[in-house]
Amino acid sequence: MKFSAQDLTVRYPGGGGPALDGVSMDVPPGCLYAVLGPNGSGKSTLMKVLLGVLAPASGAALVDERPAGAWSRRELARAVGVVPQAETIAFPLKVREMVAMGRYPHLGPLGSERDADRTAIARALEACDAADLAERDVMTLSGGELQRVRIARALAQEPRALVLDEPTASLDIRHEMAILELLRSSADAGMTVLVVTHGLDLAARFADRMLLLAKGRVAAEGVPGEVMRSSVLEEVYRWPIAVQEDPATGMPRVTPLRHSQGSSAELP
Amino acid sequence: MSRFGLGVLLLVVLAASVVLGVRFGSVDLSTAQVLTALTGGGAEWQRTIVVELRLPRMLLGALVGGGLALAGATFQALLRNPLAEPYILGISGGASVGAVLLLALGLAGAASWALPLAALAGALLAIVLVFSVATASGRSLDVRVLLLAGVVVAAFFSACIAFILSVSEARTVQSAVLWIMGSLAGATWASVGITAAYTLPTAALLLGLARPLNLMAIGEETAHYLGADVERVKRMALVLAALLTAAGVAVAGVIGFVGLVVPHGIRLLVGSDHRALLPLSFLGGATFLVLSDVVAQVVLAPTQVPVGVITAFVGVPLFLMLLRRSVAS
Repeated sequence: MKFSAQDLTVRYPGGGGPALDGVSMDVPPGCLYAVLGPNGSGKSTLMKVLLGVLAPASGAALVDERPAGAWSRRELARAVGVVPQAETIAFPLKVREMVAMGRYPHLGPLGSERDADRTAIARALEACDAADLAERDVMTLSGGELQRVRIARALAQEPRALVLDEPTASLDIRHEMAILELLRSSADAGMTVLVVTHGLDLAARFADRMLLLAKGRVAAEGVPGEVMRSSVLEEVYRWPIAVQEDPATGMPRVTPLRHSQGSSAELP
Repeated sequence: MSRFGLGVLLLVVLAASVVLGVRFGSVDLSTAQVLTALTGGGAEWQRTIVVELRLPRMLLGALVGGGLALAGATFQALLRNPLAEPYILGISGGASVGAVLLLALGLAGAASWALPLAALAGALLAIVLVFSVATASGRSLDVRVLLLAGVVVAAFFSACIAFILSVSEARTVQSAVLWIMGSLAGATWASVGITAAYTLPTAALLLGLARPLNLMAIGEETAHYLGADVERVKRMALVLAALLTAAGVAVAGVIGFVGLVVPHGIRLLVGSDHRALLPLSFLGGATFLVLSDVVAQVVLAPTQVPVGVITAFVGVPLFLMLLRRSVAS
């Protein structure tokens, strides 16, 4: 499964400047691809265009060489599992029922669960270490547990790609790392994973490629080493930033500096 | 509790309530008298009471109650809020204006089958009004604004009804109490037939939307990504739920809170899977309204209390409790 954007431009009605402005990118199959950028830089918009929810004003968003908007909802749901940023859980719901929703695009006309569906649900719960939560009510889960269950729902779709919008926001270290390890192993198993995130350091450690957006434009794109440069980051985030090799991991680590610590970059 | 067990239990309680409703009222009859009347024997006034008055009244109560509860469960799924309900959203009020207008124009006698359609027009107008207010503040729907808009729109429709009733001849329309508090007293076999013809197929179509409604109850964006045709499901479900409300209001006036109380209770017992919630809400609504009507008839007998008074006495405390909980979270 691959995603590709070609010179995408998106405007929201009455929203001033373009939300995306000439964005091009390629997510090859089996790649863990991280989309980063400041608030309002167009990350979620790019995700929506690639998923065919939002039509671009110009340019093309392709999913496996086909325009995203040309896929039927059902077809796309069988190929791509999505974990949106937020959901409202207003009613009591068992974890297993929540994960079983991932089977919706696979169900036959009568809609009854078959063996293949039960297997997929069990596997997804297992992969997300959520099997023992199956009978719990979703409303009683902690943030980390809920996030694992939502990813399990996407895996139950048996997709060839996963798209996640800030899947680790507001999670503690243990849960954040567990989810990123899960995404990494999914990508290693051949799944294409597109993840929108704020976490530069962890993205650099887990992702194969990174896209840095600023005000709807591509500020940098490439392997983590190419994107994680202080000159690039300082311009995008408009804040003095140091990038050093982390002795524990050997990977680049971002440190935002205090005013008093000085920097070559101009302050906003 | 198992879904099947609850279904059987509700059927038993419904049947028992119908028996009670046929036996008790302004005049109490024994079971033997009822059975004699049903088989065509006994005094004529007893046959009239059982066959022409009480039996259609109980059946009408079952249809209206089932429809209102199913409509409530549907609005709750679409709005992801347990407080959504045809009466609270002002949709019942809109429906009643449509029906009263048709009656006041003197058109209903010629075409009583059209009464639910006039009510549907009013219900859809209410939906458009309420939703346009609730989405005016931004692109997303603010549920608190929605509820407030529903209350205000309902007040407006009440005023419309009072106005129409005050300028039309008293005999062309039934009492204002019927439209404002709801009553099953006008039940006839003809009204049972018309209500069934609108309610049963509409309910069946809604039950067919149970799976996509499960997804919608989590979020429209999520439902979309899971392969549901969100806009189509939403439009269909809104119109069908409006039609259920309209069919009920057209024959029984505005009966509030059935759509709030019943789905809430069913959810507590069997969870929120709409494949179970929707049919059980219909059954539960039928039972709740029939039982409420029995209470309404016997509590101050021979004076009849409008059934809407009973449902409100049950529904308002529950509404306040749910509101308190949703404000707190």
